[in-house]
Amino acid sequence: MSEQIEQALNREYEAGFVSDIASDTFAPGLDEDVIRRISAIKDEPEWMLDWRLKAFRTWQKMEEPDWAHIGYDKIDYQAISYYSAPKSMADKPKSLDEVDPELLRTYEKLGIPLVEQQMLAGVAVDAVFDSVSVVTTFREKLAEAGVIFCPISEAIKEYPELVKKYLGRVVPQHDNYFAALNCAVFTDGSFVYIPKGTRCPMELSTYFRINELNTGQFERTLIIADEGSHVSYLEGCTAPQRDENQLHAAVVELVALDDAEIKYSTVQNWYPGDENGKGGIYNFVTKRGVCHTNAKISWTQVETGSAVTWKYPSCVLKGDNSIGEFYSVALTRGAQQADTGTKMIHLGKNTKSTIISKGISAGKSNNSYRGLVQMHSTAEDARNFTQCDSLLIGDKCGAHTFPYVESSNPTAIVEHEATTSKVSDDQMFLCQQRGMDPEKAVSMIVNGFCKEVFKELPMEFAVEAGKLLEISLEGSVG
Amino acid sequence: MLTINNLHARVEEKTILKGLNLEIKPGEVHAIMGPNGAGKSTMGFVLSGRDGYEVEQGGATLDGNDLLDMEPEDRARAGLFLAFQYPVEIPGVSNLEFMKAAVDASLESRGEEPMSSAAFLKKAKEACAQVNLPLAFLKRGVNEGFSGGEKKRNEIMQMILMEPKLAILDESDSGLDIDALKVVADGVNSQRSADRSFIVVTHYQRLLDYIKPDFVHVLSDGKIVKSGDASLAKELEAEGYAWLEGYDIEENSEASA
Repeated sequence: MSEQIEQALNREYEAGFVSDIASDTFAPGLDEDVIRRISAIKDEPEWMLDWRLKAFRTWQKMEEPDWAHIGYDKIDYQAISYYSAPKSMADKPKSLDEVDPELLRTYEKLGIPLVEQQMLAGVAVDAVFDSVSVVTTFREKLAEAGVIFCPISEAIKEYPELVKKYLGRVVPQHDNYFAALNCAVFTDGSFVYIPKGTRCPMELSTYFRINELNTGQFERTLIIADEGSHVSYLEGCTAPQRDENQLHAAVVELVALDDAEIKYSTVQNWYPGDENGKGGIYNFVTKRGVCHTNAKISWTQVETGSAVTWKYPSCVLKGDNSIGEFYSVALTRGAQQADTGTKMIHLGKNTKSTIISKGISAGKSNNSYRGLVQMHSTAEDARNFTQCDSLLIGDKCGAHTFPYVESSNPTAIVEHEATTSKVSDDQMFLCQQRGMDPEKAVSMIVNGFCKEVFKELPMEFAVEAGKLLEISLEGSVG
Repeated sequence: MLTINNLHARVEEKTILKGLNLEIKPGEVHAIMGPNGAGKSTMGFVLSGRDGYEVEQGGATLDGNDLLDMEPEDRARAGLFLAFQYPVEIPGVSNLEFMKAAVDASLESRGEEPMSSAAFLKKAKEACAQVNLPLAFLKRGVNEGFSGGEKKRNEIMQMILMEPKLAILDESDSGLDIDALKVVADGVNSQRSADRSFIVVTHYQRLLDYIKPDFVHVLSDGKIVKSGDASLAKELEAEGYAWLEGYDIEENSEASA
């Protein structure tokens, strides 16, 4: 039976194609000059360059962290190219008609049509290809509601006050090694601003694609939900199948002002490498949101890709009565390694957080949950509930849980539940005895295991996530 | 319908079935009785193709097709249904979703369209009512938190929806009170027809008061040692299994339960 499961898991990566697009790519290497060149290409104001250089100097003094339960070859930061853009972007296209058709085809192949008429109604998309944003759809319609949704490179020029006020305030430059690197070299990403009292009229989403060989992707996302506003945002990620490892070090900052709500969903499907661990994306990501009074931030992630994942979307519950949520499905197979979880920092009174983490390990992969729940002395009557479930498929994989709980307030309540289970031969046989083939059986059992998280995803994406899981599991049974 | 010919099978290193012969015609109900460890459950698992049960010799055909050569799911699609003695839980997968996937898999294997959700829901509600389970059970996870009796009734509901040619009920009466037993028996009786056959595996005669078998067989040490009509069950009830030649309670207890 476990042999069947293995086979189903070793299915090919569907987004692994390479697009043939002429690019302007920097030679590998990183120094201040490279940062100046990035800033110059982006036509950035002086303050932005200064900010980058400061971050670079900070980064140079830092050391790569090694506390996570992952192992990988040392990254040579001088062997990476820090900028790559499709040639046709040199004169930035004004509309979709001017976008290189090959680029549009790339996104179409990934199931993300960028032609507005063909798009899912009610979803605006920002497409980021290597280092630049290719196109952002539905901008006019959003502008009518006062919503700003644009590449961050554009926001730096057009909304400098907003960017200056919030950039690096949730995740400071010196926060960690990868965040500092991102501050120095980030090239693009999405910027969102929802005005006071506004409910964003459509789902916003960004699709990230790494195409060029030997490039890193360092995107930066900043979402500001002003008082009483509401937004739901989704990001998706894919990369071609390559033998070399590629680095992805993103930073996402969320600001939910008083009474605001941000729902942030991720479907991460970077190339995971082959079954022996050759190639694949190194995914070192810092995501954090701050909640002001009565605000709510909800992170939902479905992580199926990357060779190595190091990612802890977190909430700082600064305002009283604020709410933080983290719903996660992390699937590892082959030789993938994931060390992922969340931090819930309770500062305000009556703050609440919920953590539901579902880890699925197959093949010879390693899947770790790492979470921190911190109740500060000011967090009167704060509450946390954590549920952390691991599902093992086969007998060569590992599931690990590293929960950290720190409470400095006697009125705070922290609950932690954890389970580990296996897809059992009994379950497989029951499904087969009812006429289902083994692949259907595994995908159904795993989907059932993830149900609590999938129901948190926006509808269209819940279907997508279920399918992605099915694809990832195909061949894992035999 | 089903022909079992000199079937020998083992689990790990232990041979459990030692020359089993059985012939079942369409529409017949056969009861298999016998002491613990005789191979009653093993027979169901071998016929349905469970991993770890190895056939040493002999064969079994369903409607002339070599059953033992087929994948478990293909045996199910060919019309073989096993009601489990210990039904397993599948958390988060609703009964409804599970049963629709099961019924659709069989339909698709015959090149037919899957059922519409509305049509299936209607059928499922009827089946649910038939085994006297509240409709909320359709939404609950498969066997998740069900009592022993509810699990058994859930198996019968699945049988009703699958419409098998041959259903093997593996101790579907164990652990049931008399009311639940009647529900299970009614469910089975409602499905009896000229072209559907049943193998009712049971340790006790009690179930056979409600499901009237055409034949009763006594299985001991891996083969059928005695066959008769419904009256044989009564005899066994009165005399127990101790009369079986060569049967040693110590040696055989619970070995294949």
